[in-house]
Amino acid sequence: MQQTPVQESQSTAPLQSSSLSERKRKARIKSLKSLVQQVLWWVLSLSLFIGLWELLSALGLLNTLILPAPHQFIAEIANQEQFMSLKVGVERTGANFAALTAIVATLTRVLSGLVLGFIAALLVGCLAAYFKIFGNLTLPVITLLAPIAPIAWIPFAILAFGIGDGAAIFVVFVGIFFILTLATVNTIRNVDQLYINTARVLGASRRQVMFKIILPAIIPDLFVILRMNLFAAWMAVLAAEMVGVNTGLGAIIMVGRQMFNAKLMFLGMAMIGVVGYLLDAGFAQIQKRVLWWKTTAQI
Amino acid sequence: MVEDHGTNLIMHTIICQNVSKVWGLDTPEEVLAIDRVSFSVEPGEFLVIIGPSGCGKSTLLSMIAGLEPPTAGKILHDGEPIAGPSPQRSMIFQQSSLLPWMSVIDNVAFGLELKGVNRKARHQRAEHFLKEVGLRSFAHRYPHQLSGGMQQRACIARALCLGTDVLLMDEPFAALDVQTRYQMQKFLLDIWQAAGKTVVFVTHHIDEAIFLADRVIILTARPGRLLESVTIDMARPRDVMSSEFERHRNLFVEHMRSEVVRAFEEQELVEMMDTRV
Repeated sequence: MQQTPVQESQSTAPLQSSSLSERKRKARIKSLKSLVQQVLWWVLSLSLFIGLWELLSALGLLNTLILPAPHQFIAEIANQEQFMSLKVGVERTGANFAALTAIVATLTRVLSGLVLGFIAALLVGCLAAYFKIFGNLTLPVITLLAPIAPIAWIPFAILAFGIGDGAAIFVVFVGIFFILTLATVNTIRNVDQLYINTARVLGASRRQVMFKIILPAIIPDLFVILRMNLFAAWMAVLAAEMVGVNTGLGAIIMVGRQMFNAKLMFLGMAMIGVVGYLLDAGFAQIQKRVLWWKTTAQI
Repeated sequence: MVEDHGTNLIMHTIICQNVSKVWGLDTPEEVLAIDRVSFSVEPGEFLVIIGPSGCGKSTLLSMIAGLEPPTAGKILHDGEPIAGPSPQRSMIFQQSSLLPWMSVIDNVAFGLELKGVNRKARHQRAEHFLKEVGLRSFAHRYPHQLSGGMQQRACIARALCLGTDVLLMDEPFAALDVQTRYQMQKFLLDIWQAAGKTVVFVTHHIDEAIFLADRVIILTARPGRLLESVTIDMARPRDVMSSEFERHRNLFVEHMRSEVVRAFEEQELVEMMDTRV
């Protein structure tokens, strides 16, 4: 290949920077437009679904005792004396629920389990990757425990921790701990050798490679896996709440069934849908922050 | 840093004695990558190692870096055998090796961070070298916001910031476009002349070798053996269009053509055997 000493043209630089703010403004308008569009589609989709449901119900095609129409189960809120109470930890009186208490109880369990599981998995995974013997001793067991569904742990959890937060948190913990530990070991093995060599050439010790290269390199990937397992954890807690832990969102549905109050059942289900969606959306926001250097680098 | 320049002048910075490297030793896939290569690098010298693709030049460089131990033979740096990587020998890789989660200035100061230098002091020093490589205004950007050439300049700044003696460069400009590549070669010569570092530079690009080197070592196709050591005594800056440059180019093309042909034939032989199995 021939080398031709071509001078790099600098004249385009100011032109580009002046149009940059213009481009940013246009991009903002564009993203705003697509957001509005998205919201409209959501509204349309929901109205269609609810409208159809209400129509079938009004025509008498649905047994409202088993499958109440949306306006009926939303009206159930009025029958729940404490439902709108803004106090956390309001005791349930009979079949009367306080929405905030139930939501906070469920979310606390999910998040405590996730945080504990994430930290423990990171710790064990790093140790298993760092100390070969430790890894060889623990990984086979963890590999076999990982496929056990979190729901399968519920009976044991209730026996071991009794009815309450402990059992629910434990179920979330085991639901993500094994999978995340294996993922940690795996992602550590896949860290770009170039980064490790760079650090070694610059004089990094083994410990420094672990803390300054491997840990920052794997956190974003682990967060993706954590989010993928978020729904499994969420479901495990709800199941635990339905089976034994008698508080939280899952318990609302169960009490509804026991009282043959389908309206309460569906009210609970609607709450689970909304809160679950918000939880995932919240995680997506955190993920954006944690993953910023990955996502922007890939654009 | 205390340096005895008197002995340094007599001593070679880097000495390779009968260095061999076998990949996958004692396995069916055993490959002899480097075969009894001996050479030395003078302090402050710009040495280029050139050879056809797959001749093991990168392997040789990572052995000098201390990332890989030689299977046989000895490598010395300032008279000491190389036992592992050292900040005294910095490696610049073909792809940018900046850490994507750190700002440019933190990347440049990373070597000092590993040494435990406090943030203020290391940033001060990093800023100086960023200025040196013309990236001062990019200090707080992130690597993905820089062009390929800028990223490589930041890598060079990182090596200089650590006060490294020897720059080991593994086809550092191979991924850049032709214009940027030419700019980077001039830039590297400026840095090298100003800082007085020793450079060992690997490339398969003949013009690049002639443009940069004090001396060029030609390796044969696999296994890599030392074919020739050619001193380039042209004054700098070198004109790629000059007849002297042309003369050197022809010489190298002649040497390398036979090697490339041999490498090709060997490759075909391997593929034939592979298809038979």
